[in-house]
Amino acid sequence: MPDQRPNPDALLARVQADEAKKARGKLKIFFGAAPGVGKTYAMLEAARKVGKEGADVVVGYIEPHCRPETQALVLGLDVLPRLEVDYRGAKLWEFNLDAALDLHPQILLVDELAHTNAPGVTHTKRWQDVMRLLEAGIDVYTTLNVQHLESLNDVVAQITGVVVRETVPDSILEHADEVELVDLPPDDLLERLREGKVYIPREAERAMANFFTKGNLIALRELALRRTAERVGEQMDVYRDRHAVRAAWPARERLLVCVGPSPFAARLVRATRRMAASLKSPWIAVHVETPRDADLSEADRAQLTQNLRLVEQLGGETAILSGQNVAEELVQYARSRNVAKIVVGKPKQPRWREIFRGSLVYELTRKCGDIDVYVISGDHEPAGAATRSLRTSPGSRGSYLWALAVVLISTGVSALLAFGATLEPTNLAMVYLAGVVAVALRLGRGPSIVAAVLSVAAFDICFVPPRWKFTVTDTQYLLTFLVMLLTGVVVSTLAARVQFQALSARRRERRTAALYAISRELAASPSRDQIARIAEQHVMAAADVRAVVLLPDKERKLLPATVGPAGFVLNVHEEAVARWAFEHGQTAGRGTETLPGSDGVYFPLSTSRGAVGVLGVSPGDTTPALDLEHLHLFEALAGLIALALERAELEAEADQIRLDIETERLRSSLLSAVSHDLRTPLSVITGAGSTLLDGDASLDPATRRELSASILNESERLNRLVANLLDMTRLQAGALEIKKQWQPVEEVIGASLARTARQLKDRSVSTDIAADLPFVPLDDLLIQQVLVNLLENAARYTPEGTPIEISARQEGQSIVVAVADRGPGLPSGDPNRLFEKFFRGGGAKPRIGAGLGLAICRGIVQLHGGRIQAENRSDGGAIFRFSLPLEGKPPAVPDAGGTGGEP
Amino acid sequence: MTADGPKILLIEDEQEIRRFLRVSLVGHGYRLVESATGRDGVMQAASQQPDLMILDLGLPDIDGMEVIRQVREWSQMPIVVLSARGQEHQKVDALDAGADDYLTKPFSVGELVARLRVALRHVAQDTSEAGEPIFVSGRLRVDLACRQVFVDDVEIHLTPIEYRLLTTMIKNAGKVITHRQLLREVWGPDNAEETHYLRVYMAQLRRKLETDPAQPQFLLTEPGVGYRLSSCQSTE
Repeated sequence: MPDQRPNPDALLARVQADEAKKARGKLKIFFGAAPGVGKTYAMLEAARKVGKEGADVVVGYIEPHCRPETQALVLGLDVLPRLEVDYRGAKLWEFNLDAALDLHPQILLVDELAHTNAPGVTHTKRWQDVMRLLEAGIDVYTTLNVQHLESLNDVVAQITGVVVRETVPDSILEHADEVELVDLPPDDLLERLREGKVYIPREAERAMANFFTKGNLIALRELALRRTAERVGEQMDVYRDRHAVRAAWPARERLLVCVGPSPFAARLVRATRRMAASLKSPWIAVHVETPRDADLSEADRAQLTQNLRLVEQLGGETAILSGQNVAEELVQYARSRNVAKIVVGKPKQPRWREIFRGSLVYELTRKCGDIDVYVISGDHEPAGAATRSLRTSPGSRGSYLWALAVVLISTGVSALLAFGATLEPTNLAMVYLAGVVAVALRLGRGPSIVAAVLSVAAFDICFVPPRWKFTVTDTQYLLTFLVMLLTGVVVSTLAARVQFQALSARRRERRTAALYAISRELAASPSRDQIARIAEQHVMAAADVRAVVLLPDKERKLLPATVGPAGFVLNVHEEAVARWAFEHGQTAGRGTETLPGSDGVYFPLSTSRGAVGVLGVSPGDTTPALDLEHLHLFEALAGLIALALERAELEAEADQIRLDIETERLRSSLLSAVSHDLRTPLSVITGAGSTLLDGDASLDPATRRELSASILNESERLNRLVANLLDMTRLQAGALEIKKQWQPVEEVIGASLARTARQLKDRSVSTDIAADLPFVPLDDLLIQQVLVNLLENAARYTPEGTPIEISARQEGQSIVVAVADRGPGLPSGDPNRLFEKFFRGGGAKPRIGAGLGLAICRGIVQLHGGRIQAENRSDGGAIFRFSLPLEGKPPAVPDAGGTGGEP
Repeated sequence: MTADGPKILLIEDEQEIRRFLRVSLVGHGYRLVESATGRDGVMQAASQQPDLMILDLGLPDIDGMEVIRQVREWSQMPIVVLSARGQEHQKVDALDAGADDYLTKPFSVGELVARLRVALRHVAQDTSEAGEPIFVSGRLRVDLACRQVFVDDVEIHLTPIEYRLLTTMIKNAGKVITHRQLLREVWGPDNAEETHYLRVYMAQLRRKLETDPAQPQFLLTEPGVGYRLSSCQSTE
């Protein structure tokens, strides 16, 4: 018993689809069999009706040549101004997408969904404008004729003999929220036409002769009705799915269609698409590259690219395989992809060629096993087959001359051998054979055949009696000729095959190598800029193109990540195309459906979190066009770049989080340290103060003095602590402004000594400052703070009475200031730990200070671009050194006579 | 003795600081007028005619700078400014606006009293107009009449600018003098921002006058603010 419930993934997909639909605008299509059935009229009537019910309806675009009764319906509705486009001097009127998006009405009427926009407008097709409107949440009413449906295009062409160039993807009709069929019997339509209600009389006559024949109209009407019925059927299916009416879900079997460079492959593709739609199966179009593909002309390649692009437009998947045997490759691929049906074109080649080369259809049917093979009629050649007439091989005249030369050489060698060694003519034939093989190997089939013919002729004339006469009397020489010809053809075919394989292997190798190299380098690059630079280099190396990576800044404005001579600079137009690709997550620009008039093609760098940038590729000077293969390569590269960028972004975020955690940890340890360090002096002050107050009379003068002194000491300690905390906070918040001025370091040393005079009163402090020390750019207040902290530390951690030495000298391009003591030296372990926050040295009075002094010193010195370090002196004690770089030039001082002129 | 000591106006909003200053200053023989706000302080300055004003820069109603500006419109009484650490630019602004000296909180009463004394002495000099013809500070002796400078009785030769710098410092001996004030006095108002000139000449002057320029006895540095000439009359 099959499961009655729809599968959960499908349910989820449906919920998501429903949600996406809610935000999107609704599309209503007024669908008709032919022009003149009254679609626009029906649309306007519907609009008026909902308008009366209070909806905000705006006419976006109605064909200006519309009929009087239709014109009357427009009156009273708001009409959006049309966009005026200058095209080669002519004025064209187009639908104004930007104005519509700005106005953002509830319902917008846009006539003629299949219309092709004038060059220079954002999208090539009006249906793309409509998609954009729906994305923006605007409901759209539009009109469509059946002959404009992409998959019916060739059917219509067959029926009516008129090829319609303006097409709309079937998916639009399929995904439309509502389709209203506007139907009119053919006789009525013809009547209307005669009355001039559809076209002006003169045009009408012509139209009636060509298109509006009764037969055509009946056929088109049938197509439209059937299409609508199919849609209703689909809706029924959806309904049944949703309500679990259907017992089991059909197996998702794929269709595979074989596509070649022939223009008729398009027909095959459309037929497959129709089949796939009716079977509700996904479908794949495959092109098999064979050695013969090497002979394809530019035009053939373009046609192939176009065919594959059509597949993508119709919603199919494309794949390019390469191999010797088309049938084998197809069957193998079909099996790997769970393909149930293979569609191929009916071969149109002559029977003799089939005998020689084998028939694809025959081979397929033999090898396919349980896969069905559908053969569609058409003027189509099987996949991969080249149109041989177009074969051109450059420099071929040279090859033929070479072939002639080889034959002459063979004749010469044979002549020498014949007269020197008196060989049998049969053996001389071997010399010619060698020549033919050489020609076949190097020069290809044509020259090898020529060489074979010439060789036989030369051999016959020169060495077969009767000499100097072209007569073949002996049948054995006919055999020689045949063997030579066969050898030439076989060897040249084999050589061409090998060459092609080598070529395609090289090309694949190059592609793989490019992907491999870029992925390896990207994995190792940490920053966005570096990723962008590597990406540009690799894209340019992979194909002869110019590339640029655009990354959004904080305001999401796209900027080139690197400014290199190799990349290209975008003008305003190109920037807009890149912007579009970025915002919509779709490839845009040259060779795509969106803004194809631009120079470059722009690939969005899409990640799971949306686009993170854009890869712009502009063809180089030697590659005028980018084929599908290139586009796929760039898409793959764009994927890799996007991944690398996403990784870099995630890494940066992880770093930020790590930093936040670290900061949080520091903050809590700061709080505990501070609360301890604040409480201790406060309790001393409170205690001493209250003792003084209470025991006023009973205290002897010495005790009172002692208590007062401890109040003073503890207050100073508190003051230092608070000052350090403030400094640290400002340092960390980046609020510490540094105002560097050129000044003598001795001045700061003097000021620091004056400030610490009380703490250092029982010590000898010696200063050793080089006499010719230059001025150094520093912030005197901050550097004074560094020196005061170092001096206070020296006073605190070394025994009373021990000396302190301060020195300053120039070392290279910096001034190095040192504070040295004769104390117990640094605590064991890494001296750099001293400069960490909340680290406290051991020693005599470990409880003083919150362990911030040296951290502040390091912060300030680093702000100056210098370094601070601590070490033990070889002869006892510790030394703290910091450097201040001498950058730039001090301002000039007029008539400052060095050390001053002694009279 | 309390009755004829100099009269001091204390403008400070913190009651605890006022209390401790009242105890200490009255103990040192000064008469004290107190004010908790800037506006009241300006009024008191006008009505009480004090000899000196102690002004806290962070007042609740109007900015301390504003008090200085208003008082300076009609009075040359010395103003000693109290400020918190890390507000050096405020101090410099206050000094440039006309304050005579400053003290950074927290300070000791000893320091304060010394500053008050210097400030009051300058008023006395200014009123007597003559000034001392000979300036002595420790081992430094300057004969202003003969333009001679001696250290330990050895005459030192100074360039004209160095001498002008020294005499400007002497005129303000004991008081802090900002970079801008010194520059204006010695080089003229156009060069008031060229702090670098000052540092170069000050370094030269120190090398000539001080035994150890890194531990100066006379020409003291007030980082971020300016210089102060020690007015100690005796050697240590």
